[in-house]
Amino acid sequence: MSKNSGNSYFSRSQVTLVRMVWMAVTAVLALMTLFPLLWMVSIAFKTPAESFSANLIPSQPTFENFTYVLTGVPFIRYMLNSFFVSATVTVVALFFHTMAGYALARLRFPGREIIFLAIFSTFLVSLPVIIVPLFVIVRAMGMLNTYAGLIVPAIFNAFGIFLLRQYYLSLPREIEEAAVVDGAGYWRIYWSIILPLSRPIMSALAILFFLANWNAFLWPLTVASKPDLWVVQVGIANFKSQYSASWNYMMAASTIVAIPTLVLFVIFQRQIMDSLKTSGLK
Amino acid sequence: MMDMGTKTSHRRPAAQKGLSAKHREWIAGYLFVAPDAIGLLLFLGLPMALSLLLAVYEVNGFGGYRFFGMANFVRMANDPLFWSAARVTALYAAILVPLLYVCGLGLALLVQKTNRFNAVMRSMFFAPHMVSLVVVALVWQFMVVDKIGVINKLTPFLGIEGISFLGDPQFALLTVVFVSVWFLMGFYMLIFLGGLQDIPREYYEAATIDGAGPIACFWYITLPLLKPTSFFVIMVSMVAAVAGSQAFDIIYVMTKGGPANSTSVLIVYIYQQAFAFGAFGYAAAMSSILVVVLMLVTAIFFVMTKGGRFNYE
Repeated sequence: MSKNSGNSYFSRSQVTLVRMVWMAVTAVLALMTLFPLLWMVSIAFKTPAESFSANLIPSQPTFENFTYVLTGVPFIRYMLNSFFVSATVTVVALFFHTMAGYALARLRFPGREIIFLAIFSTFLVSLPVIIVPLFVIVRAMGMLNTYAGLIVPAIFNAFGIFLLRQYYLSLPREIEEAAVVDGAGYWRIYWSIILPLSRPIMSALAILFFLANWNAFLWPLTVASKPDLWVVQVGIANFKSQYSASWNYMMAASTIVAIPTLVLFVIFQRQIMDSLKTSGLK
Repeated sequence: MMDMGTKTSHRRPAAQKGLSAKHREWIAGYLFVAPDAIGLLLFLGLPMALSLLLAVYEVNGFGGYRFFGMANFVRMANDPLFWSAARVTALYAAILVPLLYVCGLGLALLVQKTNRFNAVMRSMFFAPHMVSLVVVALVWQFMVVDKIGVINKLTPFLGIEGISFLGDPQFALLTVVFVSVWFLMGFYMLIFLGGLQDIPREYYEAATIDGAGPIACFWYITLPLLKPTSFFVIMVSMVAAVAGSQAFDIIYVMTKGGPANSTSVLIVYIYQQAFAFGAFGYAAAMSSILVVVLMLVTAIFFVMTKGGRFNYE
């Protein structure tokens, strides 16, 4: 709406002025939004004595907080747990969701609409609401304090299936029809035609799934009480109750946890934002 | 998995297998959907059903069950902490939903035009959404901690001094809402950007030729045509306010429901009843109410969007 150059409502110089002010306001708001993250990084490099001073740039930058966090607590172990769980969930989820999405979009079988409706009905059910019965089920399956307990329940969500189904609905049918004429079975069509075609949406979903699992807190907190199995989010949350006054250590730990996600975001910002932008509406 | 692969990849003529092409398609369909369908049934459907079932049992910490009838619901009705949690949840939602709407739409309008500068700005507004909620909660807690955090050093310029943002029941919930908005607004900005993109440019051009200013354009074109997006945003943010993990994670890490239960929303209270006091049946009874509410919301959502599709009329 700021694009008014050339109309009669504003003069040219007014338009330039409005645009300058507009950009300045936007930039200030954006910097304010980023400030907490900058502050986190700043404290991570500060000495304890400086933790509560108001300067953003540390007067004597130090790596001591990072070395303490990485060596003094089993932080590397937590990171490896997080990485293993997130990567496994992502790969398996993509595999299952592409299969289900393909079948729901392309194959005709009785009950397909009902199955889709049932999947859709879990769309808005969030983890905090079912955490108690889910815990009871996973305990009954003997998966408390196991990697399986961390991984398996995290695989299934309607969002990925829904998005992939929409994507497959938009693919032209002719692509597979040629293969059907050649006598290819459904598995071959899925594996050698559908999967390669899904590469763009799969890479976007892979990033989203990985980030969501890397950042997940509630389920790992609930299912794994053994410190060996703690993921990094549970690790830093417990870190807080242990070192409640050592904010410099906690901010260093937070920085280490946040950096991989922010780096992923900077690299893949277009894919991440585009796939989220269309998630709700298309 | 492998087993399934070989089964569907038999490419012998249909007659030889004794199955018609139609039936082969049926079987393939079921096998392809099966892993996800079973998983969702086991880890989402069953918990939803079980929360209703568990609600009528008394479950002790050692996994013993005893039929309890409506007793859990009676207990709920007489539990002042439950009602307090319900009130706090409603309050949290009542502040969060409008704030998210305004901030999300405001940011989207601010960076609506596609250019390099706005692309960078969008990423900056969205960046908080990428950070884990535990980190978000820790960083904000540090910034307001014990009246000596950096926010307390900045607020005197606004004429506010000496506020204990997390220690004072009057401010704790507002602080939690503020942090939630900071985390979520970038996501809703994206949703609104998607909606704005779909409004045909010609409408604005025609209106401008007729002499309409930016405010008139917003009021008579943008807002009405954003209706489907607005509906989606309000629906989803309402669900997020009542049951979203951002509410749980932020509150659990920052305040654990305190001070004086002023930030104890239902999902946090339920969690504490189950995992701190072992009252699984009681916690399930409270969850079952949320499950029913969410199912209703989803049903409304489904009907109003004609099966998850949005169309301008």
